[in-house]
Amino acid sequence: MNQETLLVGLAGVLAAAAPIVFAVMGETLSERAGVINLSMNGTILLTAMSGFAVAYSTDSLLLGFLAGMLIGALVALIVAFASITLKQSQVAIGFVLALTCRDLAYFLGNPFMGVPGPRLQAAPIPVLSDLPILGPLFFRQEVITYISFLAIFIAWLWIYRTRPGLMLQGIGEKPAAAYIRGANVNVMRYVYTVIGGALIGLAGPAYSLGVRAGWMGTISGLDGIGWIALSITIFGGWNPSRAAFGAYLFAFLQWLGLVLQAVFTAVPSQVLQVAPFPLMILTLLLVNIGNAEWVERTLAAMPETARKFTARVLRAMRASPPAALGVPFERD
Amino acid sequence: MLKSRMSGFVFQLIAFVLALGFVSLILVAVGASPLDAFTNMLKGSVGSTRKFAEVLVSFVPLLLVTAGLLITFSAGLWNIGVEGQIVLGAIGTVWVLRQFVDSTISPAIIITLAILGGMVTGAIWASFAGMLKTFGGVNEIFGGLGLNFVSTALTLYLIFGPWKREGVASMSGTEPFPEAFSLPQLPDLRISPYALAIALVAIVIVYFILQGTYFGLKIKAVGKNIRAAYLLGIPTWQYSLYSFLICGALAGIAGALQVTAVYYRLIPSISSGYGYLGLMVAMLINYQAIWAVPVALFFAALNIGSIQLPIVLKLDSSLSGVLQGVLVLFVLLTEGVRQKFVKKA
Amino acid sequence: MKVELKNIHKHFGKTYANKGINLTIPSGSIQGILGENGAGKSTLMKILSGFIQADAGGEIVLEGKSAVMQSPADAIRFGVGMLHQDPLDFPPMKLLDNFLLGMPGRLFPNRKETMQDFNLLAKEYGFNFDPENYVDSLTVGERQQLEIMRLLFLGARVFILDEPTTGISAAQKTKLFDTLRTFPEQAITTIFVSHKLEDVESLCDRVAVLRAGELVGEFTPPYETKKFVSTMFGKEITLGDRQPAKTGEVILSLKDVSLEDARVRIDNVNVDIRAGEVIGLAGLEGSGQGMFMRACSGLARPVAGNVLLKGKDLTGKPYHRFKHEGVNFLPAARLEEGLVPGLSLTDHFVLAEEPKGVFIDRAYGQKLAEDRIKSFNIRGTPTSTVESLSGGNQQRAELALLQTPLSLILLEHPTRGLDIESVIYIWSKLKDRCKQDGAAIIFISSDLEEVLQYSDHLLVFFSGKVSAPIDAATTSVEQLGQLIGGKGWPAEGGSHA
Repeated sequence: MNQETLLVGLAGVLAAAAPIVFAVMGETLSERAGVINLSMNGTILLTAMSGFAVAYSTDSLLLGFLAGMLIGALVALIVAFASITLKQSQVAIGFVLALTCRDLAYFLGNPFMGVPGPRLQAAPIPVLSDLPILGPLFFRQEVITYISFLAIFIAWLWIYRTRPGLMLQGIGEKPAAAYIRGANVNVMRYVYTVIGGALIGLAGPAYSLGVRAGWMGTISGLDGIGWIALSITIFGGWNPSRAAFGAYLFAFLQWLGLVLQAVFTAVPSQVLQVAPFPLMILTLLLVNIGNAEWVERTLAAMPETARKFTARVLRAMRASPPAALGVPFERD
Repeated sequence: MLKSRMSGFVFQLIAFVLALGFVSLILVAVGASPLDAFTNMLKGSVGSTRKFAEVLVSFVPLLLVTAGLLITFSAGLWNIGVEGQIVLGAIGTVWVLRQFVDSTISPAIIITLAILGGMVTGAIWASFAGMLKTFGGVNEIFGGLGLNFVSTALTLYLIFGPWKREGVASMSGTEPFPEAFSLPQLPDLRISPYALAIALVAIVIVYFILQGTYFGLKIKAVGKNIRAAYLLGIPTWQYSLYSFLICGALAGIAGALQVTAVYYRLIPSISSGYGYLGLMVAMLINYQAIWAVPVALFFAALNIGSIQLPIVLKLDSSLSGVLQGVLVLFVLLTEGVRQKFVKKA
Repeated sequence: MKVELKNIHKHFGKTYANKGINLTIPSGSIQGILGENGAGKSTLMKILSGFIQADAGGEIVLEGKSAVMQSPADAIRFGVGMLHQDPLDFPPMKLLDNFLLGMPGRLFPNRKETMQDFNLLAKEYGFNFDPENYVDSLTVGERQQLEIMRLLFLGARVFILDEPTTGISAAQKTKLFDTLRTFPEQAITTIFVSHKLEDVESLCDRVAVLRAGELVGEFTPPYETKKFVSTMFGKEITLGDRQPAKTGEVILSLKDVSLEDARVRIDNVNVDIRAGEVIGLAGLEGSGQGMFMRACSGLARPVAGNVLLKGKDLTGKPYHRFKHEGVNFLPAARLEEGLVPGLSLTDHFVLAEEPKGVFIDRAYGQKLAEDRIKSFNIRGTPTSTVESLSGGNQQRAELALLQTPLSLILLEHPTRGLDIESVIYIWSKLKDRCKQDGAAIIFISSDLEEVLQYSDHLLVFFSGKVSAPIDAATTSVEQLGQLIGGKGWPAEGGSHA
């Protein structure tokens, strides 16, 4: 593999990760506020379909993306209403929506199956795109990929550097304490869930108008992406930069699977395609295992130095969720 | 008590009407007649004995999976990996059957062994999610989802790899087994009374485990408060694992019956989404075993009723999934409204 | 700031938490509010701090102006700030972020400027903080100081402190009181809510006593403790005389035990606990007493040394093994750890008996539940779910779950949040069990008086050190307060017991 194909491949990884980045940033915002939006898998399919359908019917890519955001926000609104206002299980409502939106996408998307439609074109940035290595890697992408870079930066900046972002951290960590500091906890939870949903809703059109242009129904290969994005959110420890790293790692592994397939023809393609999933389980295991009770016991039985070392390694990998994730807030 | 049960019923009825209304709106939006669609689904499911037999074919795995999930839900676990547990049940069954393709042992024994094999592999697969949860701290939803993907890949690998058909491998699955390896069916109908009996026995057993045994009581205690259950002296992680094993075994049987009573081979979509659908049924019946049979039957009827929609009305058959999902959604929402409303009253 | 509460009523359903309370607090005074649990103190303070609103007709007047406060944030704008018993801050965040969180200002806060303000304020009040440090590394006392700083910075002119001396050391208490005593000269009004008489007596200029939702008395110095007690309870209460323990065989013995968690390490503990003995563990939250108790029950494993129960070496064995030897652990968080919400009393009693058969014997369960409910005086029926019981009844239900025979009972905050009569009942039951079964009791409490009143010996914990057993009968609250704050320890080797 020469340098040029490698660069093209890696640039492709950045582009392929864009939808996942949107989904993970959206979910991170939502969970930071304390609401798990488990509907993500269905939302991505539904917005992929509707984004494509709208762009196809209106011949406007922009409207396609806006439609995706709107629908993502609407689905998130149902999650917010059921969990915040009605205090129902976030997992149950999210799961039902994940399945329902998926079937709705298949049902409504029937007329658009396999239709050729509009798609995003690469938009090289003048000057920057001519830079060696960096140019072809970062600056010859589609607009939506640039926006995905921005999304990571803004999400990080918002959470860690602004006043409302600080409050967001507080709302997810200890709503009662955020409340006495003036936060309208439930309203803010609505707001962040809906904004998060709109971001997730960008992921669908990013596929159907970009990375994998078109709508192919059940064989779109999009079913499952949402679940991956959920695991990446956990892997990312609710921190946008670590989550983005997870998204790129995943896209990179998928690309690697494709590349290796050409090299190791003896390995059936299904094995390599599925490789990211066991890896995902493995990373979740590494992130979570420090919380298991037996680990604590085993640690205690270890000699001093080994114990200190292992404990430090486990703590470095561990990600703790916002303390109030999934817990309804009542003023009193 | 009675009043709250009455109001619960009223709210469920409202949910049902709302769901039908919502789906009708969608149908109108795509230019179809809701009435046509619903009558078509009705005819397609209970319009003839043959069709109703098809409904029962779909009912069997759904009921088995729901029964298993009632146990894991009681233990406070979201066993989303049930889908993969069905798949592994099917794979285990196919593996056992393959060992006996040329044997002269009585088919009844072989089939029994095969179903047991499916049960065991289903349970083993479930134990993976269970161990990830208990020893690795990995939430069962994510462990289960990952394992589902792996199980699908494993199926494809087997179909296109070691178990591929003579000549060309294809998405149509492995070579069908000889007829002797299938569970006997009713004359002219595709439903096997044995399969139906197994599913019904399973739900009855689950009902009694949960209502009448100390085992069931302990499972519930673990599900409601694992820390307190541990202090009360219940070996909690073992009980979590047992519940995974039971659910996996029942899902494995569902997979085994998909092989021995429906497809007679391994196909890529052998689980047909029954795992996820079972989760929906369990939610819809609010985890009460007593309602599992009618609701699973209703969902199965929707599944079968929608099959002819593409041919007759040019509508995608995923309409049944939409209807099922919207129904559960509205039941959850109206239940939430009821709780808010009843508490205030 | 002058505070006037006029005709404050508050009802929840049919019960009144506050009934027609009228109270005037002059500007710059330190007002004590006394009352037992459930007397209506916290409701009144929640009304004054904007958490809840009083029933129509009541009025809060600040500096002569009527104030309607819809939320705690609203209250702060009126200058009323509240210090909660469990500090309402964000443990995983930095001190500076905690300080910043909720302050009005531009989108991007100027961290440098805020850091200067922070350091200046800390210096003024003599608090020693590193703003880049994390809150979860602070003690409860320090977290209070942080919160006081934040409220001062926000311009609070009225401070409400809810049981602020629970769980802090004697030194920190002195520091807190010193800080509060500077408030009058700045015309800041302090409202000090407590049930600890000696704290109120030493600090407050004036005291109001609440009972059953009503204001039943106002006092100014000199105070009479007896008068306080009779006003608070409406009658005289005696806590019963302490009886010297008749101790028997050694139940639990720790040999060179070392314990460790992410925060504290305790080295080489040697202690023997005998039948009939009650051991109280005192110390600031997180000083190692929780870990010690978990190690005594098998819930945690020591990193070195041996745990012997009646001579049997159970080191590293799980809790269930300890339980089979008669060790029972009752956690503080009743509904979170001790009981199973959603299950009935019958279910609990049946499960605690570790039934052997397969099928549930309903008649047996019913009888068992009726017996226990009667003998433990629980207000509830066999089918009552535990979450429907009151706190006191939940605690009784937990006691009713203790197994027979018993060798060791471990309790975390056994009477937290209970009224005095429940406290007396529960301790009499515990002592009975102790006598009957020849069991020992180890308990943790942040209430120093409870520790001194009910234990025979104390173990005091301070940042990884454990004291030798101290005779409770000859120790005063002051001495104990000093010890948990790290004063009065032998120079070296305090852990050799």
